[in-house]
Amino acid sequence: MNDLFRGELVRFALEEPETYARAEVRWQRDSEFHRLADGDPARLHSEKAIKEWFAKRTEDTAPERYAFSVRTLAEDKLIGFLGMWVDLIHSEAWVGLGIGEREFWSKGYGTDMMKLCLQYAFTELCMERVSLGVHEYNPRALRSYEKCGFRLEGRTRQDVLREGKRYDSLWMGILREEWLEMQNGDRT
Amino acid sequence: MFDIQTQLFESQDLHLGPIDHEKDAEIESKWTHDSDFMRMMETTPARPMSAAMIKKQYEKLEKQVEEEKNLFHFMIRARADDRLIGKAAIQWIEWTNGNGWIRLGIGAAEDRRKGYGTQVLRMLLRFAFAELNLFRVTAIVPEYNEAAIALLQKFGFAQEVCRRKSLERDGRRWDLYVFGLLNDEWRMSATKTQVQEER
Repeated sequence: MNDLFRGELVRFALEEPETYARAEVRWQRDSEFHRLADGDPARLHSEKAIKEWFAKRTEDTAPERYAFSVRTLAEDKLIGFLGMWVDLIHSEAWVGLGIGEREFWSKGYGTDMMKLCLQYAFTELCMERVSLGVHEYNPRALRSYEKCGFRLEGRTRQDVLREGKRYDSLWMGILREEWLEMQNGDRT
Repeated sequence: MFDIQTQLFESQDLHLGPIDHEKDAEIESKWTHDSDFMRMMETTPARPMSAAMIKKQYEKLEKQVEEEKNLFHFMIRARADDRLIGKAAIQWIEWTNGNGWIRLGIGAAEDRRKGYGTQVLRMLLRFAFAELNLFRVTAIVPEYNEAAIALLQKFGFAQEVCRRKSLERDGRRWDLYVFGLLNDEWRMSATKTQVQEER
């Protein structure tokens, strides 16, 4: 059986609330990180608030919600997170991820996280499809998701306003059969 | 085209109003016993609901409106006798980005195909664009809801996204379409329609 939690560069883990809060309180100072990961206004939360929010969120082990922290295999360093919201009725998972440690941007860590996530979604959660949204101003993420097999399914026009400029949101999806085909391709 | 005096909540045959906590639940409970209606409105599994359950939902909804400030909910009623005809909402509003999601439904089968959807959507869009001053609105529709797709296209919505095979119903998978309309586009088409109506 495949190792669900280990990729080539990273592994999925779950931090203690204190550890996660210490990292997140640092990451949130990086507003570019926030703006790449999210469409909401950037906010600054106290370490205490993050700890309580994280503890509460991770206590919730409902089958609709999966949250992982991400550590590097080489240094065992906490670099980011990955979360999934699962619709069990229609077998669709939505995924979101972020790398808070900037020195790990553009080096294949995000792609490795996403590949691991797809393996989890299709082989453990038995999803038919995985979906995500990405900002037009984040072409690095777009390329990474394409590499993982996601197809661009459309764009909602000008729905994000940042620095006085309007940007599209891009919506992507990968179907179970497309992912399976990629896996067979890798083996041959 | 519109002015301050033009009523926001009234159309030829309908008006938008608040929930009637005494009377509405019983009627809405009847709608939930129609699986066709439920499958057009929701992607969650259709299930019949009692008036008591609906009443609880109303309370939750009003609490949400109060606390989260990103939801506007309307009951659709006949102007003639206040009869409940459907419901509509602008939800998930992101104030910083100026966008929101719209939804509407005509409850009873005998009230459909009478042009009520057109009247409601016209009021809803004017509320979204000229009262909330949103920059754009979004609607999401399964590919099998042909009436809704035709209605959105009539108002100039563009199909922006096709989420392939996102729903599973009746043993097959269906696409979900995302439609969008910008404030500018609405303003142009609303002016055009008014000119046509005045002729």
